[in-house]
Amino acid sequence: MTYIPISPAERDAMLKTVGVKSLDDLFDAIPKNHRFPELNLPPALTEMEAAAHLGEMASSNENVREHLVSFLGAGAYHHYVPAVVDHMLRRGEFYTAYTPYQPEISQGTLQAIFEYQSLMATLTGMELSNASHYDGATATAEAVNLAYAQFRGKRKKIVMSPTVHPQYREVIRTYSQGMGLEEAGDEPTSSELSPEALTSLIDESTMLVVVQYPDFFGRIHDYTKLIEDAHAKGALVCIVANPTALLMLKTPGEMGADIVVGEAQPFGIPLWYGGPYLGFFTTKKSYVHKMAGRLVGETVDSRGQRAYVLTLTAREQHIKRERATSNICTNQGLLALAAAVYMSTLGKSGLQEVANLCYQKAHYAASELSKIDGFGLCYPDPFFHEFVLCTPKPASEVNQYLLDNGILGGYDLGKDYPDMQNHLLVAVTEMNSKDEIDTLVEILQEMK
Amino acid sequence: MATVIEPTIFELSTPGRRGVKMPASDVPTTALPPNHLLRSDLPLPELAEVDVVRHYMKLSKFNYSVDDGFYPLGSCTMKYNPKINEDTCRYTGFLYTHPLQPIETVQGNLALMFEMQEWLKEISGFPGVTLQPAAGAHGEFTGVLMMAAYHKSRGDLKRTKMLIPDAAHGTNPASVGMLGFTVITIPSDSRGNVDLKALEAACDDTIVGMMLTNPNTLGMFDENIEKVVQMVKDCGGLMYGDGANLNALLGIVRPGDLGFDVMHFNLHKTFSVPHGGGGPGSGPVGVSQRLVDFLPSPLVGIVEEDDDDTAPLYGFVTPKNSIGRMKAFHGHFGGGLVRAYTYIAMHGPDGLKDISQYAVLNANYLQARLRNTYHVPYDRICMHEFVMEGQFEGSDIRALDIAKRLMDYNFHPPTNYFPLIVHEALMIEPTETENKDTLDRFADALIKIADEAKREPELLHEAPHITPFGRMDEVKAARELVLCCWLPENYETMA
Repeated sequence: MTYIPISPAERDAMLKTVGVKSLDDLFDAIPKNHRFPELNLPPALTEMEAAAHLGEMASSNENVREHLVSFLGAGAYHHYVPAVVDHMLRRGEFYTAYTPYQPEISQGTLQAIFEYQSLMATLTGMELSNASHYDGATATAEAVNLAYAQFRGKRKKIVMSPTVHPQYREVIRTYSQGMGLEEAGDEPTSSELSPEALTSLIDESTMLVVVQYPDFFGRIHDYTKLIEDAHAKGALVCIVANPTALLMLKTPGEMGADIVVGEAQPFGIPLWYGGPYLGFFTTKKSYVHKMAGRLVGETVDSRGQRAYVLTLTAREQHIKRERATSNICTNQGLLALAAAVYMSTLGKSGLQEVANLCYQKAHYAASELSKIDGFGLCYPDPFFHEFVLCTPKPASEVNQYLLDNGILGGYDLGKDYPDMQNHLLVAVTEMNSKDEIDTLVEILQEMK
Repeated sequence: MATVIEPTIFELSTPGRRGVKMPASDVPTTALPPNHLLRSDLPLPELAEVDVVRHYMKLSKFNYSVDDGFYPLGSCTMKYNPKINEDTCRYTGFLYTHPLQPIETVQGNLALMFEMQEWLKEISGFPGVTLQPAAGAHGEFTGVLMMAAYHKSRGDLKRTKMLIPDAAHGTNPASVGMLGFTVITIPSDSRGNVDLKALEAACDDTIVGMMLTNPNTLGMFDENIEKVVQMVKDCGGLMYGDGANLNALLGIVRPGDLGFDVMHFNLHKTFSVPHGGGGPGSGPVGVSQRLVDFLPSPLVGIVEEDDDDTAPLYGFVTPKNSIGRMKAFHGHFGGGLVRAYTYIAMHGPDGLKDISQYAVLNANYLQARLRNTYHVPYDRICMHEFVMEGQFEGSDIRALDIAKRLMDYNFHPPTNYFPLIVHEALMIEPTETENKDTLDRFADALIKIADEAKREPELLHEAPHITPFGRMDEVKAARELVLCCWLPENYETMA
């Protein structure tokens, strides 16, 4: 009866109104042989006991705030979250509301999402954004859905760079297994493929080209030429972008991208062992009707006030049913709010400072690490806050050595790219001090 | 030009204002990348922290939420969201763990996930559970992918049709459409059950299976459920259960025991994860023995057994014929699983049964109080929700008018115009966390509104009256499609 506010006397009065004798009598429609199973679950804890139990579980982890110095990124990044963000997320008015189906009493959620859409469109240099997806990987899969719908299944080839996040590529393969797609480029052995080499795979049957920016190895490519070439063959181009990098770098919109997706976890969302995060999806106006996901638009109410509603709902599953582009019926509402508050609280200058700190510290780390005997940067390309360090021993051994010394090393690329066992993907953010970087360098110098 | 009650964050911006500052760099400066790789401008808002707080505080007050009052939105299970969940999911050890950390450093997280898998198996009667799907619709898609993979693995390629009752959620056919299957709609009979004759006619060796919500969206538990399941199985089909309405079944009956093969859980409905204004949710999926090898990868398993001295080592395992990965990393761990885990731990077996018993009692009580005023087309003992018609003979009042008028009585309206098989449907789900006084006030309000519909229909047509905003011009929104961005020239006459 933890959260049930009905007294025994009230229960009896209600049963009488319903016309049954006991609570059990309400369940006559359930097959008798399966009714009221005994559940083998631990007995109920009180709030005090639950708090202690969960506290023990949490503290049996080694976390990146109290125990480990982290240089691990690979799709999830440790950034500072201003206090305001969580204070706003903890407003019951936001977190205990449903999807804003009743706009008269949901303008808080609706305007916040409209602002989120505006912020993400501005950040990526695109014309519009939807209200968000589950995460960066599923947002990328929705880009494939959009392209498939755009060509009505007549083009079935996707050209995907092997330097798109390996898990994103896995999710695309899972999502598209009913579509009969042809995939090109997505080979772990072709990890050295440059944007130029990708171009040769694009042909008249290509519906979508997917590249990452900066790519999974941290490298910054200008995709302008690739996009021109893809457009010449009639294909769409989706760029998977890191939002923190976009605070500094040329926008995918300027390069001519048709769709920009990515993981907005770096914008005010904790690492939280991988979720929930926030997939963003921005595109051009011409693709809005093929885009999945919720969309908030501006309008006026009956009193002449500017207001917001969910719009273009005719695209969605509850109207179109099996003809819908996607079965999505929610967004990541509260986390879209987190991203909006994060961007607003830091503002233009604060965000530029975050980007600059990431860039400066990553470059300092890269420069110092590559001075160590046997270590070096694997690629000469420009990078933002993540880079691949070539290591004298397998990256897995380097990571174990670092962990023994209280450091969460980088991501071992050998896990996904068999010919890259000695490649360590290192991420540095504003959370890493010069002292931490110097310690990392010292420990690696001592590694035998 | 429209009156503006609260400007957007862009409109509140003034060049040169500062919010939270970052520390100065403590490393030697490196030159930026060449100019052609840099963005020319970053036109994002510039505000002081206090302005940001006041802006979002003001917006929050435009929302109606469970913390504000009764929210009987059918099929959405808008129950109270316990505050302790908000604390536990923010414990430092959960917030600051990276999804790619070595498993030895995150045994607390993995133990929680392992136990959660076990608990959901026990609650549902399924031998396998994945925690990966991000939401109900995502879980559904996961389920349908597994059904397709199962038939394909047996070389049974002629199965391309999915049977879906007419009362189903729109996500069911949409999930099926994503795999290119055809939907065959099965009507409901006069008691709100699946029409067995129609099912028999449609059931053959070309069906993938059936997707059934039970209790269905009329709030009815199918009285022939065992027959329905048997008929589908006899045709070689798989049985999908939409778990949206699981709040009626905890400790009452286990879908796995009834012969279902797949079901998604909505942790944000049944297990009190807050809805967050539309997400994030969490949609784990349970499966029968014949589908366990097809579950998405990875699952959490024991990779080294425990002995007298040491705890087991939890890690990730990949099912033999896995359909693959449904999202990056491991599901909605922090915001979903930790909250739901806290909730289940605080209920235990008896507490879970209480949830469903009182959810069903509350729905039946409201139905009993309202059935003389509003037409209830399928009038029998309901489960956790019921559907009535929001229309009266000889009146032009529609369900929408009643829904909007309820806002003037400080209630969130029920779901309206769903399910599609009831005219002017009002679908009411009170949940177990409401007391009798609230239910009575709500019933009284609806009875009064029925009276107003006769005496002063314009009161309803023009409702809501006391909310900060009135009814919306939805046509303008769709026609003009302003989805983004502040263009100063558009707001010259801003109030």
